[in-house]
Amino acid sequence: MSNAENQTVVIVDQHLESTLDSVDASEERVKNLAAEIGFVEDDAYQLGYAVREAMVNAVVHGNGYSANKLVHFVLSRSGASIDILIEDEGQGFVPERQADPLAEENLLNQSGRGIMIIRAFVDEFSIERAATGGTRVFLRKSLPPGT
Amino acid sequence: MSVKLTTRQIGDVTVIDAAGRITLGEGSSTFRDSIKELTAKGHKKVLLNLGDVSYIDSSGIGELVSGFTTVSNAGGQLKLLKLTKRIQDLLQITKLYTIFEVFDDEAAGLASFN
Repeated sequence: MSNAENQTVVIVDQHLESTLDSVDASEERVKNLAAEIGFVEDDAYQLGYAVREAMVNAVVHGNGYSANKLVHFVLSRSGASIDILIEDEGQGFVPERQADPLAEENLLNQSGRGIMIIRAFVDEFSIERAATGGTRVFLRKSLPPGT
Repeated sequence: MSVKLTTRQIGDVTVIDAAGRITLGEGSSTFRDSIKELTAKGHKKVLLNLGDVSYIDSSGIGELVSGFTTVSNAGGQLKLLKLTKRIQDLLQITKLYTIFEVFDDEAAGLASFN
């Protein structure tokens, strides 16, 4: 990897309110950056979609829409990828405890599909417990060749 | 723009033309309320046209599943019409293609209820 690819530039580093407006704004910001960089429309849509799902998890399931809890949102880019870090102030989340949304007996469940779709739409995805006890997720989508 | 739902009655089939975004919040609750209202009125054959739905998140997908279950539990059927490529992809990823009957052509969708 060259030095240019290694260099990471932080575009946004914000603590956002636990609202759906924050979800919309984050998705839009990421999609705009992806378009500026030269992602094709479908890739920009997928990255925006993944960020939306991760932000909903933070705002709704992590922070429970609490006015006293914030979502830390960091958007950065390197020469090789767009990276997003989202951290909530909730009680933490154990993905292994989540029912398999693809199991036949769970197909008619109303919820539980967001993380599966995130994994399908980005190149790297990880979940860990934040130092505060909340959940921190990391998403990465590789830049298109030639950018 | 949130989702806009328009209902047409063709014979004994209720066609719902959806347009806009079905996402967490207003969009998904609008859809849920509409399906509940239809089943409460005895509409048991529902063809949901998603051709003009520009975006559906996982919450919206959950509402489709919930709608399917609501109509099925009332003894009816909910089928899907005119999926965009993006919604097709989402149903593939979530394996919901195995649950929903999907039609590209409205006449074929309507005929499938009889």
